[in-house]
Amino acid sequence: MKIGSPREVFPGESRVAMTPDSAKQLQKLGYECAIESGAGLAAGFSDAVYADAGVEVLGSAEELYAASDVIAKVRPPEEAEISLLTPDKTLISFFYPASNEALMEAAKEKGASVIAMDMVPRISRAQKMDALSSMANIAGYRAVIEAGNNFGRFFTGQVTAAGKVPPAKVLIVGAGVAGLAAIGTSTSLGAITYAFDVRPEVAEQIESMGAEFVYLEFDEEQTDGAATGGYAAPSSPEFREAQLAKFREMAPEMDIVITTALIPNRDAPVLWTKDMVEMMKPGSVIVDLAAERGGNCELTVKDEKIVTDNGVTIIGYTDFPSRMAAQSSTLYATNVRHMMTDLTPEKDGAVNHNMEDDVIRGATITHAGEITFPPPPPKIQAIAAKPKPTVVELTPEEKRAKELEEFKAQTKRQVTLLTIGGALLLGVGLVAPASFMQHFIVFVLSIFVGFQVIWNVSHALHTPLMAITNAISSIIIVGALMQIGSGSFLVILLAALSIFMAGINIFGGFLVTRRMLAMFQKS
Amino acid sequence: MEYGFTTAAYVVAAVLFILSLGGLSNQESAKRAVYYGIVGMALAVFATLVGPGSGLWVLSLVLIVAGGAIGTVVAQRVQMTEMPQLVAAMHSLVGLAAVFVGFNAHFELGRVLAMDATAREALEGFAAVLAHKDGVEQNILRVELFLGIFIGAVTFTGSVIAYGKLAGKVTSAAQKLPGGHMLNAGALALSVLCLIWYFNTGGFFPLFVMTLAALFIGYHLVMGIGGADMPVVVSMLNSYSGWAAAAIGFSLGNDLLIVVGALVGSSGAILSYIMCVAMNRSFISVILGGFGGPSGEQMAVEGEQIAIDADGVAAALEDADSVIIVPGYGMAVAQAQQNVAELTRRLRAKGKEVRFGIHPVAGRLPGHMNVLLAEAKVPYDIVLEMDEINDDFPETDVVIIIGSNDIVNPAAQEDPNSPIAGMPVLEVWKSKQVFVSKRGQGTGYSGIENPLFYKENTRMFFGDAKKSLDDLLTRIQ
Repeated sequence: MKIGSPREVFPGESRVAMTPDSAKQLQKLGYECAIESGAGLAAGFSDAVYADAGVEVLGSAEELYAASDVIAKVRPPEEAEISLLTPDKTLISFFYPASNEALMEAAKEKGASVIAMDMVPRISRAQKMDALSSMANIAGYRAVIEAGNNFGRFFTGQVTAAGKVPPAKVLIVGAGVAGLAAIGTSTSLGAITYAFDVRPEVAEQIESMGAEFVYLEFDEEQTDGAATGGYAAPSSPEFREAQLAKFREMAPEMDIVITTALIPNRDAPVLWTKDMVEMMKPGSVIVDLAAERGGNCELTVKDEKIVTDNGVTIIGYTDFPSRMAAQSSTLYATNVRHMMTDLTPEKDGAVNHNMEDDVIRGATITHAGEITFPPPPPKIQAIAAKPKPTVVELTPEEKRAKELEEFKAQTKRQVTLLTIGGALLLGVGLVAPASFMQHFIVFVLSIFVGFQVIWNVSHALHTPLMAITNAISSIIIVGALMQIGSGSFLVILLAALSIFMAGINIFGGFLVTRRMLAMFQKS
Repeated sequence: MEYGFTTAAYVVAAVLFILSLGGLSNQESAKRAVYYGIVGMALAVFATLVGPGSGLWVLSLVLIVAGGAIGTVVAQRVQMTEMPQLVAAMHSLVGLAAVFVGFNAHFELGRVLAMDATAREALEGFAAVLAHKDGVEQNILRVELFLGIFIGAVTFTGSVIAYGKLAGKVTSAAQKLPGGHMLNAGALALSVLCLIWYFNTGGFFPLFVMTLAALFIGYHLVMGIGGADMPVVVSMLNSYSGWAAAAIGFSLGNDLLIVVGALVGSSGAILSYIMCVAMNRSFISVILGGFGGPSGEQMAVEGEQIAIDADGVAAALEDADSVIIVPGYGMAVAQAQQNVAELTRRLRAKGKEVRFGIHPVAGRLPGHMNVLLAEAKVPYDIVLEMDEINDDFPETDVVIIIGSNDIVNPAAQEDPNSPIAGMPVLEVWKSKQVFVSKRGQGTGYSGIENPLFYKENTRMFFGDAKKSLDDLLTRIQ
């Protein structure tokens, strides 16, 4: 079968759904690949590079749609593109079926199968095809870069000959994939980064990226993000007030604010109000990644960059991934390629649209002339990280008390053991004859020496230890040597056998130990 | 005839043995320590031959040389992966020798008791020692040699079975005769009865019956213990062979035997204890075999195992700065230590930090992995113990797990209901990326599902360890 990617028709869209690299991987799955001439140009992939990778370059979209069995693209299809589909074709693209019902209806009429990349369930197995996450990652990165572009100062603090430069303070609201990417970028540029999220369980992730989690003193039982597939749930009005109060307190301090708060299928919550913008210093920058859905900032204008009266720049672009087309095309094409891998379990170049598979079922919105959206909940629930019980830090006094207690317990154990051991020894001494006691004392002392010595043996040398103790336990040969001089034949025979076996053991044990120890070399 | 020289030599030998064990505290002094042991042994044998053991000394020498020749050949030929078998086999020899020497002590006692007073005065060597014992001492002697024979017999069959299991000649699964541990308890009770019988009559028959019972206990006890618990079993047998020597030392009135027996006995006991702590199980539960049942619902494992090919592993290794390799028994089975060492050399040549994390119970013998890696010329200062390396995992880029399973199972820490809950494990999952080289999707010795394989930062590198590493080596120059 043939997979083809057309040029994106949406104005300003630079991404492409197939790269020369992904085409090579697709060919390994048994597919032929085709691309519309010029499709990759804006992302930096010329037709020639595609041709080198064994991709057929076709002149027009019509030609491509006619030749391909699977069409992979980025943006949701336009009406014109839908009309080119036929019942045996499969379309893979972003689709947003919840808000594009008419388009979905049209695709159903055509009878084509449509796999919406934005509908891939959020389970661990499907992460490799989670295009929303890969795009959000890029958006988060780009948001910081855009902010930097519009911010007239350094991110990192410096002490230069020309004076001291304070570091920029960046606040990132919403620590989803985009938020975390923004945190990572911002901290690595050297800014002091704060991050906020309504899901307390992400605090650890935020801190692991090097930002400071903005804690909210609020006693409400917060919904575990895991119950909603890893997304945040809407919060109560009281919580929202507390949140806004916190932001108001922070607003005058912040140089850059990046908002990424989105709740699936809802308008973006307004978190950065007009008065907060007014409180900010001139030259500050706000990047609103939620502009597509109305924006987290009250003043955001979709797809535009505005400057407020007090000199705050507000960026409302919605095409961050497209602004880094080379990177986002590579990631998106890889996501598509992984989707194709799952669709081609046999690697025979034929699509096996297995509607039993959670991931394929979830992402498919029309199949065999029917609308299959919304999908049933996946059988596997999303990652549910259990909150960890916090380990109580001990104060120095408590620690000392604990150590003292342990010391006392240890002393008690030792004294008890010594008392019992001593009593036993005395008890034996009362009944046993002196000749036995002599040997017995030697025995007890040897055990004691043995324990003291063996505890110091390095773990790495336990095998040599066993070999050498083996060799020296052949000291039993001494007993046999004493007996072999006896008159009885049976005794001589048994003693002789013992000497022989012990001889094997002595030589074998010592030599193998020596051999092993010689192998231990320092670097 | 007084043996002042012999006694003095024994004292020197005992000191040398203690030094030779003490020298094992680090790799460099250990190389010296083994010679202390050899000199000590030579001295002890020489002193005995010129002193109380002078009878038939030519025969003794011939036998020692013959045995020594065999021992030398074995020591030179043995593969390092076969060390567990060799150690077990050598234990069995000590056990059997203890049984024989114990029997001899019994026969000699009978012979000496049958003599009249003048004949006794003329005796030499061991018989002379016996001749001077009074009634109470003779009774004690009986108990001592009885114990010596009992422990020796258990050690003998136990070691033979352990050898069979480690060499793959006996199935390594835990197997018990119908009746299970009741049979062992029965045999033990029979032995106690025999002791009372023997104590009162002094006849050979109860001794013989007890020997059979002890041989059975050794056989059945070790048959009931699975392959991965062999480190504990081998250390335990090590300990027994020491106690047997000590008991024989008592019956022969020989302090050197007592000293060495006690040293070896306590050494084996400590090793068993260390192994048990490392598995978070009591000694009794290991000996009785099998893991305790789960105390509740175990956590379900979520996600899937994601496979990766050699290219992917090679690429990750290229990018990594710090690598930790965690080997297990699977590495020994696949004989992959040379490939592991080669990989280590290449990665180190690229300036990457490569280290090894060794769990105390990895392999089939305490310290088994260290010896294998040493054989493959991995420098020992990059081979670290679990406690030394566990804190370093979060800063590590790549962890490669080769043929180990339970010792890296996060369930031991995360799931209080897991059968291995509380067992100390290597916290490999805290590192940035984990590669698991494993033959298939099966569970480890304990039969417990390992959530590590399903973690997001884990990739499964399926296939025989040696072959997988061969593949990998072609991609890393």
